[in-house]
Amino acid sequence: MKSLVCLKQVPDTETQIKVNADGSGIVTDGIKYVINPYDEFSVEEALKLKEKFKAGEVVVLSIGPDRCVEAIRTALAMGADRGVHVCDEAVNNGDPFVMAQTLAAASGNIEYDIIFCGHRAIDDDFAETGAMLAELLKIPQITLVTKIEVSADKKTITCERDIEGGKETVESPLPCVVSSQKGLNEPRYASLPGIMKAKKKPVDKKTFADLGLTPDAKLVSKNFSMPGSRQAGQKFEGMEPQEVAKTVVQALRSEAKVI
Amino acid sequence: MSKVLIYAEIKAGKIKKSAFELASEGRKLADALGGDLGGILIGSGVESFGPELAKFGVDTVYVAEAPELENYNSEYFAQALAQAITETSPEIVLITHTMQGKDLAPRTAAKLGAAVMADCVSFRLEGSTLIGKRPMFAGKCFAECSATASPQIATARPNVLEVVENAKAGAISKIAFTPDTSRSTYVTKELNLDTSGKVDLTEAEIIISGGRGMGGSDYSLLEEMAAIFGPRATVGASRAAVDAGWRKHSDQVGQTGKTVTPNLYIACGISGSIQHLAGMGSSKVIVAINKDPEAPIFTKADYGIVGDLFKVLPEFNNELKAILAE
Ligand SMILES: Cc1cc2nc3c(=O)[nH]c(=O)nc-3n(C[C@H](O)[C@H](O)[C@H](O)COP(=O)(O)OP(=O)(O)OC[C@H]3O[C@@H](n4cnc5c(N)ncnc54)[C@H](O)[C@@H]3O)c2cc1C
Ligand SMILES: Nc1ncnc2c1ncn2[C@@H]1O[C@H](COP(=O)(O)O)[C@@H](O)[C@H]1O
Repeated sequence: MKSLVCLKQVPDTETQIKVNADGSGIVTDGIKYVINPYDEFSVEEALKLKEKFKAGEVVVLSIGPDRCVEAIRTALAMGADRGVHVCDEAVNNGDPFVMAQTLAAASGNIEYDIIFCGHRAIDDDFAETGAMLAELLKIPQITLVTKIEVSADKKTITCERDIEGGKETVESPLPCVVSSQKGLNEPRYASLPGIMKAKKKPVDKKTFADLGLTPDAKLVSKNFSMPGSRQAGQKFEGMEPQEVAKTVVQALRSEAKVI
Repeated sequence: MSKVLIYAEIKAGKIKKSAFELASEGRKLADALGGDLGGILIGSGVESFGPELAKFGVDTVYVAEAPELENYNSEYFAQALAQAITETSPEIVLITHTMQGKDLAPRTAAKLGAAVMADCVSFRLEGSTLIGKRPMFAGKCFAECSATASPQIATARPNVLEVVENAKAGAISKIAFTPDTSRSTYVTKELNLDTSGKVDLTEAEIIISGGRGMGGSDYSLLEEMAAIFGPRATVGASRAAVDAGWRKHSDQVGQTGKTVTPNLYIACGISGSIQHLAGMGSSKVIVAINKDPEAPIFTKADYGIVGDLFKVLPEFNNELKAILAE
């Protein structure tokens, strides 16, 4: 089974985000970067498929600045076979169309039975690149996937996916784009031998020009701002349970007016 | 011709409240642009929802029906929506950022060479340019987003935009849609909708969440509270509770779970980690019950109760029953 995993490097979830002085973006100093958590599920699932079919390849594809190599190496240390890194000054991280277009172009040189994307990248939170990529490649998309079963002939896939207030089971021809949702699996950690091996695995570096692309962004993000800071409200300490329950329930009705 | 087009989502034979949120917002935008508001219904046997859309300001209800549209399908719905957009050439298209919207909007946009201003919580116009304000990093910051392509497509977070009645004609206009079945797509084998009528976390008006402090998978005190509030309330969880196997993955609130904006969020036995706060920090009112007075959740709570949740919650439920019976 040959899997192509689209992987984005994002700030660690622990990061306290601060907006920069002119509101054009966030302060990036001192940020620790990690693999987008949803993309980690993808790497894990791709490795499982390769193990199950006892053959195949897991290629990780990432677009972003030089530092993204670390995320690719982490995936290689988990067990992926090789990496492709699209690294170009012209990368506009804020545009899912450019990302999908670039992923589509880069995928043209890679053999795959399935493409994995994360359900969303936890930095820009667009949740759209996977579906766009599928459309650009004219193949099916199965989003928000929590369970995968591939037929023995590798021609069809059956997935369980989240829908509001329920689950849906769908069957699709391969290749298709699957977007990983929480619940799909528990990603493995990179082992020490894995980390050693990863250093020798190939990472192919490409520019937009190599892919024959001139990025044409469809979205502009500006005027970044912080959320209205929430003040701590009233705190009730040392009161009897019944007394405090009564006080707060009353306040929710007459003061906050939410019940 | 409509200046603004909204996609009205239908689920399990019902039109979603979010469709009325979009219609109300779309009405405002269409008025400001001096044009008509269109609403599109996609499915099979969906024309009957027209009058409901008209009530919230839709001038023209476009209807695309075909047997292939019986169940939601990414490819066929995106084809139908893209065709409706091409035929009615709106300047602005609004869709809700539900699970279906997240699946449909980007695929449709890609067909039209556009991208989606996703998950907007408010809109404004600068001339004829739509500016959507959207949370990033699960709400740790916001940015204003605009589109350079045409049409300008945005998804709106459910439960945030105001619903305003404003009756219009709602004339029906059919879109002659025949799906291109040469495009490969998936088939739905099984639909398991939760028939309990439980509202999804992202659409709930009231969320009662339990964390590691619940001490186990018995969430009956929280379920009881949700039942007292009725169908607009539901139960959520922190990742610690999900990882412990006490609750389903789909119940997780936070940066790697669901981002929620209910009117009321009640956090029980949740410390308030940065990842959890990111997912629920923009709730309108937050109540926290925690036995540790130093728990970070108290810095965000409008009403912080320092105490043992197992002692407080039964009393809380009694008080709620009494006040809601009034
Ligand atoms: C990559 C990554 C992503 C993450 N994403 C998420 C996410 O999306 N959502 C999320 O929630 N977390 C997420 N986390 C985990 C997060 O860091 C915290 O570990 C988690 O939120 C803690 O859950 P908790 O508050 O339930 O548990 P704890 O932090 O252990 O807090 C339990 C609280 O319960 C209180 N308590 C105990 N007993 C009682 C009692 N009887 N009565 C009252 N109070 C009591 C304690 O005082 C304590 O404050 C993520 C972590 C990582 C690394
Ligand atoms: N720069 C990138 N490089 C590789 N994959 C990406 C990139 N941006 C987005 N993706 C993929 O698209 C998914 C959804 O991203 P988004 O639409 O930005 O929320 C991610 O989880 C990745 O799988």
